Amino acid sequence: MSTRPTHTPPAVRQTTAEGLDAHLVVARGDFRLDLRLAAAPGEVVALLGPNGAGKTTALRALAGLTPLTAGSLRLDGRALEDPERRIATPPEVRPVGVVFQDYLLFPHLTALDNVAFGPRCHGLSKAEARAEAADWLARMGLEAHTGAKPRRLSGGQAQRVALARALATRPRLLLLDEPLAALDARTRLGIRAQLRRHLADFEAVAVLVTHDPLDAMVLADRLVVVEHGRVVQEGTPAEVSRRPRTDYIASLVGLNLYQGRADGHTVTLDGGTAITTTEDLTGPVFVAFPPSAVTLHRDRPDTSARNVWRAEVTGLESHGDQIRVELTGELPLLADLTTVAVAELGLQPGRTVWATLKAAQTHAYPA
Amino acid sequence: MTATGTTDEAAERLSGGPRPRRTVRRTRGGVPVPLLLPALGGLAFLVLPLVALLLRAPWRDLPEQLTSAAVWEALRLSLISATAATAVALVLGVPLAWVLARVRFPGRGLVRALVTLPLVLPPVVGGVALLLALGRNGVVGRWLDSAFGVTLPFTTTGVVVAEAFVAMPFLVISVEGTLRAADPRYEEAATTLGASRFTAFRRVTLPLIAPGVAAGAVLAWARALGEFGATITFAGNFPGRTQTMPLSVYLALQSDPAAAIALSLVLLAVSIAVLAGLRDRWMAAS
Repeated sequence: MSTRPTHTPPAVRQTTAEGLDAHLVVARGDFRLDLRLAAAPGEVVALLGPNGAGKTTALRALAGLTPLTAGSLRLDGRALEDPERRIATPPEVRPVGVVFQDYLLFPHLTALDNVAFGPRCHGLSKAEARAEAADWLARMGLEAHTGAKPRRLSGGQAQRVALARALATRPRLLLLDEPLAALDARTRLGIRAQLRRHLADFEAVAVLVTHDPLDAMVLADRLVVVEHGRVVQEGTPAEVSRRPRTDYIASLVGLNLYQGRADGHTVTLDGGTAITTTEDLTGPVFVAFPPSAVTLHRDRPDTSARNVWRAEVTGLESHGDQIRVELTGELPLLADLTTVAVAELGLQPGRTVWATLKAAQTHAYPA
Repeated sequence: MTATGTTDEAAERLSGGPRPRRTVRRTRGGVPVPLLLPALGGLAFLVLPLVALLLRAPWRDLPEQLTSAAVWEALRLSLISATAATAVALVLGVPLAWVLARVRFPGRGLVRALVTLPLVLPPVVGGVALLLALGRNGVVGRWLDSAFGVTLPFTTTGVVVAEAFVAMPFLVISVEGTLRAADPRYEEAATTLGASRFTAFRRVTLPLIAPGVAAGAVLAWARALGEFGATITFAGNFPGRTQTMPLSVYLALQSDPAAAIALSLVLLAVSIAVLAGLRDRWMAAS
């Protein structure tokens, strides 16, 4: 995790007049969402959690599509909603853009007119709105598809049109509901990398909802893990995955994630360490693998695995029937071992071990 | 066949595995006689009168019949009033359908029942009710008469009113069904882009439900074209003013049966055209 340079330092996330400051309370039947959420401009926050945790409800509440039962919602110092003070701003006048899960591109309009829809509603003439829309589509690399109806667009193209449509209203809060869920595994990698760049360029607050820890860790500066309508943990992806507070989070975000440059099957990390992967890639990439893919040995193993590193145990923490071992050295690592294995290896902080990793269990994708 | 297929699929799902081929074939094969005979009888019952109409049609005199001034007058009046009634139904019915489909309010079920009532109400009763409401001494008609000098009964406008009253429920039901099937989240997406609810309706929902609106309009138009009971009760039977095709068919049948048949043929042709126009929609639904 330590090789992720893109994270905003935690200091930025104080509640200031700028940015998002929300306490979302939505009661519906026996479900209650009670979520505090603050984010500074330029920050990307991921709401991560299992299905039914209330993530989408939170997103709808931020957009004004689901009214708050209590709490408040402030954006850039302005109260958008506050049930106690009887303030409720309808969605159409909130400076909020939404990328819906299945994009909801208007099927009867071309890509260009979909993107021009927002600017049109904000008072631009048809020609002005179209010019602006063309500009956004060009930024997304979709110049060739401006005249296409949504059903003629691929999943990745539709996702970018949806993003352009949301951004074209120049929102101060961008909401993304499972932005990559509708894509197949192959297009997903490329689109995730693109989305990451677009989010990095976005100057206001972005909140994305996902149940995929990898999406969350790659796209967001900060994770907010939601379970049963409540925040169970929040922090940078590195913090959350290093110090998961519940077994659920441990299994959810337990990922070793690194950034480096690929050349064929070898990825060289910024620190110089090389990881052998199955994917054949060139250029900047991410490499990820679950802690369960790491095996620890007392002595340097005589193995065919290329990925062998010397590491020092810095921490042990039990999660369910597994023990998560935190290691430093050439490569900061998380490894999940059974209690038996930990006992056999005599693991304790300060002890030096050898870690191996099979290339087949790594997962590399373009950054 | 489609229905059988669905049942098979459901059975497969229930039993947790594919059913033996044998069973499937039996279901799809012979139709039991106790069902087949009434089915054929029913078909004959529906088709025979139309066949009789074609058999007895004065084909030789037909061109002459159809070009007579009286026929044209009735046909023109029918087309104009049915189209006007459809326009009224669209302007009032589409918003009504939207409210029924999208707005939750107490008594919505009752409102929907009231909207549907003209569908099952005998048209003559509708005509009487319209007279009591909009007639010269009616609840509203009296006021219309004294304040604006507007009288509706026994005028062409009255024909339009009677036809719209009977035809609008068809449109409302059809549009409401389409709206319920349409994804309301498109409207939400539009509002997050800055569209008011009305803009969202106009620029997103309406284009999306256009096929349903068109089908409802055609249905309403056909119903208006054939309207008899409410029209003759509320608007009377004045040639050139309120005598529409169905009314002139009924009248001609007593004096000039050949003319009545000719007029009926015209209405039959229109009905078939409507059916052909809606073919895709209805065939797909079955």
